[in-house]
Amino acid sequence: MSSTTTKPTSPPAPAVVPWQPRIVAFFCNWCTYTAADLAGVSRLKYASNIRVIRLMCSGRVDPQFILDALARGADGVLIGGCHPGDCHYAEGNYKMLRRFQMLKRMLNDLGIEEQRVRLEWISAAEGEKVKRVVNEMVGQVQKLGRLGIPQKFEEWDKEMEHFAAQVAEKAATSPCACAAPEQPALATA
Amino acid sequence: MKYSYFPGCSLKGLGRAYEESLLPVMKHLGVELQELDDWNCCGATAYMAVDEAKACVLAARNLALAEKQGNRPIMAPCAACYLVLNKTKHYFHDYPAMKETIDRALGAVGLRYSGDTPVRHPLDVLINDVGLEAIKQKVRKPLKGLKIATYYGCQLVRPYATFDDQYNPITMDRLVETLGATVVRYPLKTKCCGGSLTGTVPEAGIRLVYILLNEARKRGADCLATVCPLCQFNLDAYHAQVTAEYGPVLVPTVYFTQLMGLAFGLPERELGLNRAAIPFKWRPTEAPPVKAAAAA
Amino acid sequence: MKQQANGEIRIGFYICHCGHNIAAMVDCPEVAKYVEKLPGVALSRDYKYMCSDPGQELIQKDIREFKLNRVVVASCSPLLHEHTFRSAVEAGGLNPFFFHMVNIREHDSWVHTDRKEATDKAKALARAAVERVAYHQALEVKKVPIHPDVLVVGGGIAGIHAAMTLANAGKKVFLVEREPSIGGHMAKFDKTFPTLDCAACILTPKMSEVGAHKNITLWSYSEVTKVDGYVGNFTVTVKRKPRYINEDLCTGCQECISNCVYKEPKFLDEFNEGLGKRKPVYIPFPQATPQVVLIDPEVCLNFKHGVLIDKCKKTCVEACGEKKAIDFKQTEEIKEIKVGTIIVATGFQTFDAKRVPQYGYGIYPNVYTSLEVERLVNASGPTGGDVLLRDGRHPKAIGIIHCVGSRDKKTNRWCSRVCCMYSLKLAHLLKEHTDAEIFNFYIDMRTPGKSYEEFYDKLLEEGVQFIRGRVGEVTDWAMTPEEEGKLVLRVEDTLAGFVRRIPVDMVVLATGLEPQADAQAVRRMFNISCGSEGFFLERHPKLAPVSTFTDGIYLAGACQGPRDIPDTVAQAGAAAAEALVLIDRGYIEQEPNTAYVLEEECSGCKSCIPLCPYTAITFDEAKEKATINEALCKGCGTCVASCPSGSIAQRLFEDDEIFSEIHGVLVS
Repeated sequence: MSSTTTKPTSPPAPAVVPWQPRIVAFFCNWCTYTAADLAGVSRLKYASNIRVIRLMCSGRVDPQFILDALARGADGVLIGGCHPGDCHYAEGNYKMLRRFQMLKRMLNDLGIEEQRVRLEWISAAEGEKVKRVVNEMVGQVQKLGRLGIPQKFEEWDKEMEHFAAQVAEKAATSPCACAAPEQPALATA
Repeated sequence: MKYSYFPGCSLKGLGRAYEESLLPVMKHLGVELQELDDWNCCGATAYMAVDEAKACVLAARNLALAEKQGNRPIMAPCAACYLVLNKTKHYFHDYPAMKETIDRALGAVGLRYSGDTPVRHPLDVLINDVGLEAIKQKVRKPLKGLKIATYYGCQLVRPYATFDDQYNPITMDRLVETLGATVVRYPLKTKCCGGSLTGTVPEAGIRLVYILLNEARKRGADCLATVCPLCQFNLDAYHAQVTAEYGPVLVPTVYFTQLMGLAFGLPERELGLNRAAIPFKWRPTEAPPVKAAAAA
Repeated sequence: MKQQANGEIRIGFYICHCGHNIAAMVDCPEVAKYVEKLPGVALSRDYKYMCSDPGQELIQKDIREFKLNRVVVASCSPLLHEHTFRSAVEAGGLNPFFFHMVNIREHDSWVHTDRKEATDKAKALARAAVERVAYHQALEVKKVPIHPDVLVVGGGIAGIHAAMTLANAGKKVFLVEREPSIGGHMAKFDKTFPTLDCAACILTPKMSEVGAHKNITLWSYSEVTKVDGYVGNFTVTVKRKPRYINEDLCTGCQECISNCVYKEPKFLDEFNEGLGKRKPVYIPFPQATPQVVLIDPEVCLNFKHGVLIDKCKKTCVEACGEKKAIDFKQTEEIKEIKVGTIIVATGFQTFDAKRVPQYGYGIYPNVYTSLEVERLVNASGPTGGDVLLRDGRHPKAIGIIHCVGSRDKKTNRWCSRVCCMYSLKLAHLLKEHTDAEIFNFYIDMRTPGKSYEEFYDKLLEEGVQFIRGRVGEVTDWAMTPEEEGKLVLRVEDTLAGFVRRIPVDMVVLATGLEPQADAQAVRRMFNISCGSEGFFLERHPKLAPVSTFTDGIYLAGACQGPRDIPDTVAQAGAAAAEALVLIDRGYIEQEPNTAYVLEEECSGCKSCIPLCPYTAITFDEAKEKATINEALCKGCGTCVASCPSGSIAQRLFEDDEIFSEIHGVLVS
């Protein structure tokens, strides 16, 4: 189609709200990390909710890293790698993609929304894309609200303790059929 | 192949011949056209220049109606209607403020435009949906010996060239060749015909018309084939003024659908050929009887 | 936390102000105060310029004085100064890999606008680094040996100059060129700007030198098909296409051509841009190097659709006589070579003028591209230097349109850099050859090189007319009797302020430079990247214009971006010099981020074996465990993440290290 005069504009950085999501990012050294550097050199401005962890290749991203980040209180995880076919190590990003597809299903089963864990292909020249993706993701996760897994762990721990206390109390106050029966004596040899 | 048919004001008025030839041709090819119920004027280029928001809402109403009435793609034969509807669709997608305005206005009358309905031109449908093979099958009287200067005008290619090249469109050329005619090399195929200037600034408008007609004559064309009712009108109805200013250039201008009708052997009175000011007298001769196909 | 053998972790933390760059947005003293309280931190400082000499000396002094065994610097990107600080740490007596760097400039102060947010982020990142560095171990850099031979891909002026430089330095060079002769685009030019040197005269001596140099193995009519390996150790597969001529036996006498059964040349001549004709057996141009003919199996009578049918009289073989150089049974040859470095000099292609149909190329016979005109004015061209139009006339008026396929949103956005200059050159040459009226239609006149502007001045005095305006269309419809039979250029003359129609006999399109059509396939083969416009991507546009992100592979010439001959030659020399750095040093240092197998934990499941693109992992049948060849491992970490039992670890990117970073950024 012939062009109109519009330029695609990236969504504006999210307005200041009381609660800010925390996003952990795993960027591959050759493409995405370099692109983030380029965004910096170009003085592009984007949301500060993101914390980047540098890896050599997106293929190094273990699903455990993602889950650990979420378990420790991250509201979202962003993984950045090279475009398919461009991986500095030939195929690492494909392996990442495979794992990611499987992980997505698992996250779905856990009730973690899809927008919280995102895989993006960002090449070394795409500083603008880093800005756009970060802003977009922060905006989306902000709308979804706090994921709060550590808090949930605490709650569940308290629940378990509460139930355990209840059961212990019951067992102490009234002997009932559910009390453990006496072990029969073992026949001696 | 079903489409919501949007004739627009001109096809019911001065461009009557276009509709008269389009409908039987489409029927003959098995293309179902359901005229949009309660369609309104698209605003053409005039309203867009005066108040863009209102113009878009006006045009979007037709798009919303199409979605409500069967949700088929819209076929808009008039080049101006085609452009305006397309432009509205673009603006709807590209400018969030415009989308809001359209949503609000349509919402007030219980309509909604999703942004998805395709807007197609009959040339586009013929080449891409029906296919030249199917059209060739229907040709009973090949237009052999007819030399045509295909004239697209501007609205089909500027600013959006969706189904053809912007500088050198050839869809009509291919269609007309399939009908058996010869296409004359005509470098002015997308040059402006003057549009409404023939009425408002005649010195400019008539001059543009003359240039187009003269060049067609120089290239040896027997007629010009158009896709736009205003182009046809300009090239056809002003020959008195052209003659007065520059001398006689009596090259007839027909709609491509009329040529198709002739090639298909459809009854002539159905094609609106009598409506032109400069009469188009050329007729194809009967094709030789088709030999029975040899056993495979 | 992992403990060092003799005692606790003692981390020295430094946060750099970087002048205003970081300090303007991040409260450095506050971050330093915050880090001071973290476990394991022995000292925490903020400083104006850490990368400066005093800054580095400060680290070294502190290591000794405070017995630091870990160092963290929060400043710019590690891609910039990790190496600097590692060396400083090493100079201070500590293993350089006990150092970790935090990016609070490119990733923080430069991209955020709220001081509190930026400072909080800096604190989080610093904490992550402090937690991580405790897990760092002492490591040694990997030294990879460099094979001394070099591969130069592409035999244009860039490849020729690079090959000559390396060969003269005593290195063995393989020069692979796709066309039957080296010389590239420059061989087609008539004269070169601004000196108006004859292109062939300055190029052919270099071509002969290449052909004769004992250190250069010239494989023309050949293509690289596969590249394996890594810096210092590339294995390259080259396909040598069949010429049906034995290169060693052919003397270039060309008797075969004169005696071909085709008495007259009949087939479109590629070298002359289709303006001339050749026979099935031909030599691309008189000064071709190697001076060897070749046979085109698509049109030679002895072949049918490229397959040998052996039905021709073969007068060529007769004419060749005792030399017996013609071999119809020749097949393609596959060669495998080992090189240590590669220079990619594959050049450009010209913009296809058919993509701008409004200029009439391919529609009107007298519309030409600049390359076609170079052949027309060339004395060894198809018309012997006579500017004869396709319809047999000599032009009395010529229009040269600048920026065809350049500076255009609809085709190519970039400026192709050489077209203004060559359009001026062509204007001069055409004026010389035809004395026609010449019009140059330009948007801006770009003459940035040495003596370029003076060349433009000269043209102004020669009576060439310059019209500033982008030509709207080239058409043959005439508005006045004078325009009949001419090509009319419609253009807005922006200096005069109105639209003009200029009738001419010949139109020359100054077509721009583009990446080669197969640039994407080629760059995948070499594992380098392309920029967004399709030219090969350099490591850094200002400071590393000839290296790529793949160690050992360098770029030279227009394949990296449009450029003229002086810049191409300079760049080719630079690429050769960079290659020489590696070759003469004999080794390259690589980050010791290799993977290793924890043997006791490996269950021998073999999941990792097929994963490595460098085949660094093999299965040890005796031990029934996976084993990694460190020399081959490039440190991507894919196997590390894939091992189901976590039995593969990666130095510098241990699981513990990364988990600690995750913990560090998320501590509230």
